[in-house]
Amino acid sequence: MNSANYLYVAALLFTIGSIGVVVRRNAIVVFMCIELMLNAANLAFVTFARINGNLDGQVMAFFTMVVAACEVVVGLAIIVTIYRSRRSASVDDASLLKR
Amino acid sequence: MTSNLLVYLIALPLFGSALLLLAGRKSDKWGHILATLLSAASFGVGLYEFSQMLSRANDQRAVSQKLFSWISVGSFQVDAGLVLDQLSICFVLLITGVGTLIHIYSIAYMSHDRDRRRFFAYLNLFIAAMLLLVLGDSYLNLYVGWEGVGLASYLLIGFWNQKPTYATAAKKAFVANRVGDLGLSLAIMISFATLGTVSFAGVKAHAGQASTGALTAIGIMLLVAATGKSAQFPLQAWLGDAMAGPTPVSALIHAATMVTAGVYLIVRSNFIFDAAPTAQLLVAIIGAITLLFGAVIGMAKDDIKKALAASTMSQIGYMVLGAGLGPVGYAFAIMHLLTHGFFKAGMFLGAGSVMHGMDDEVNMRRYGGLRKFMPITFATFGLGYLAIIGVPPFAGFYSKDKIIEVAFNMGGVKGVTLGTAALLGAAITAFYMTRVVVMTFAGNKRWDEKAHPHESPALMWIPMVLLALGSVASGFLFTHGNSLVNWLSPVVAPNPEHQSEMLKPAVVSIMALVVVLIGVAIAMMKYLRAEVPVEAPENVSVFTKIARRDLLQDDFNEAVFMRPGLKLTEALVVTDNAVIDGAVRGVARLTKGTGSVLRYTQTGFVRSYAMWILLGAIGLIAAIWVVTL
Repeated sequence: MNSANYLYVAALLFTIGSIGVVVRRNAIVVFMCIELMLNAANLAFVTFARINGNLDGQVMAFFTMVVAACEVVVGLAIIVTIYRSRRSASVDDASLLKR
Repeated sequence: MTSNLLVYLIALPLFGSALLLLAGRKSDKWGHILATLLSAASFGVGLYEFSQMLSRANDQRAVSQKLFSWISVGSFQVDAGLVLDQLSICFVLLITGVGTLIHIYSIAYMSHDRDRRRFFAYLNLFIAAMLLLVLGDSYLNLYVGWEGVGLASYLLIGFWNQKPTYATAAKKAFVANRVGDLGLSLAIMISFATLGTVSFAGVKAHAGQASTGALTAIGIMLLVAATGKSAQFPLQAWLGDAMAGPTPVSALIHAATMVTAGVYLIVRSNFIFDAAPTAQLLVAIIGAITLLFGAVIGMAKDDIKKALAASTMSQIGYMVLGAGLGPVGYAFAIMHLLTHGFFKAGMFLGAGSVMHGMDDEVNMRRYGGLRKFMPITFATFGLGYLAIIGVPPFAGFYSKDKIIEVAFNMGGVKGVTLGTAALLGAAITAFYMTRVVVMTFAGNKRWDEKAHPHESPALMWIPMVLLALGSVASGFLFTHGNSLVNWLSPVVAPNPEHQSEMLKPAVVSIMALVVVLIGVAIAMMKYLRAEVPVEAPENVSVFTKIARRDLLQDDFNEAVFMRPGLKLTEALVVTDNAVIDGAVRGVARLTKGTGSVLRYTQTGFVRSYAMWILLGAIGLIAAIWVVTL
């Protein structure tokens, strides 16, 4: 099977993820879209590793997973805290840091 | 010859000054006595050195002492060295002798002042600096003392600096002196650049090799220095205001010693002036101008100290004139300097004694008839008066007539002009000094009922009596057997071929006596026969008004230097604010403005930030794509 197809899938996932981040308001959904983008990038890494025949991309994918796991922990904690204090999970409501 | 004692001349008063200033209020009780004793000890060392000098042959009398190697840079070698020769010993004895008498006088005069100790510390500092000035063996050493006396003069003029006018007078003296000091430093630099040395002996030895132009430049710069320190035209304006200092200061610094430093400088540099006739003529002209200038101011002053200050200016004019007449004049300039040191210091102390008895009143129109109340002051002041107007056999007769005589004997237009100026000055001197004496001691009393004039205590009149003795006898002693001229001959090298005498000494003396008598007679008519008004009359001629304003010297300085200087500084302030500060503020305003515009991109919405990040990433990728394509 043509390796390029994996890249198309990765590009598609990344686009869906980035559009989701920009257009959705719910923090949980935005968060999931970020994960989608990360996984799209991971897919691209792995694909390139396969195309080039070395393990660099694989290593990078593992690395991204570890970082993503940490990020999920911290991010979810923040979202939950904001929800507790504001009774809202909309990212537009948390807009105090302006001008 | 070397002598290890010279340093003590300076070190003793310097030690006293340092001790009194550092010990502070603890030394209030005994500070004045210590300072007086140290000054007297310095006088003692001077007398010992003088006696040693007398016992040696005339060309062996100079002694020197090297203190330490001061500056050693390449070919520029300056040792801190002292030299005591026939010229400097005259000054040493005058400074320490008159200085000690004035210390004694000040013990009583300043007894009611809280800061008497500080006063004596400054007096000792002055004595030390002045001795360094006359003992230094190079122009650079002299310069240190020159600045030192300037500092002491500043501190003492502004001694009562709680009065703003007095503090301003001190500053004025300092600034005017700085202008002169610039001349001295330039003279030193030119001397080093052209002759490669700044020591007196070195310059004297090399002066023959230098061009006349260079020597003239050095001479003129030395003259500038002398005009600043000796209150000569055109830097004379500070001396009248310097009378803000306590009267002993006026007597010591602004009459007897410091203001004569310029004359010392010129006589000490005789080898330069003799080789630079233009500079020498300029010296004589400056002297002649100043002697008339000071005399005219002296006629119009009602403040006894300012009248005496104007007289000092005029008498120093005589000395500078004498010093500008070349080898024949140097010795007489120094002679007049020494006799003037006696009679003018004596008269200033007399003025201080009058002020002491009259509640610090200085206006002579408020005096009158004081001779009955202050007999000793009157007697000593009177002897000083007879000396200054040149009545034989008092001191001024010998010294001033000699200068007039030498001026006439220069011959030609120059001789007649300078001689006539000196003769005219003698007449005016007689007029204004008679005016001072008559207004103060003769006539009816014009003071308030509150004043209780009384004779001053013995500590004050003893120095006055001693100085009066000096003003009686010194002239005779100096001229007897040509003693001072012979004494100074190794230093100032008088011309071997004596000049043709245009006028016989007797003729000059008679002419001088006649004009003096005329001056005295006019003053007697004006101030003894007629009643002296208590308030200065206002309906006077324009000349009197100008003379009362110090011949417009301050107005001139203000119009020519002060106001343009003020304008310049104002312009510089505007430039500084507009251009330099403007550039700095402009950068700040630009940054701030840019920031406040960019602030609007900070919406606080996470999604818009994400959008910008996305667009940025796309833009970056597009850019890379375009570049690699």
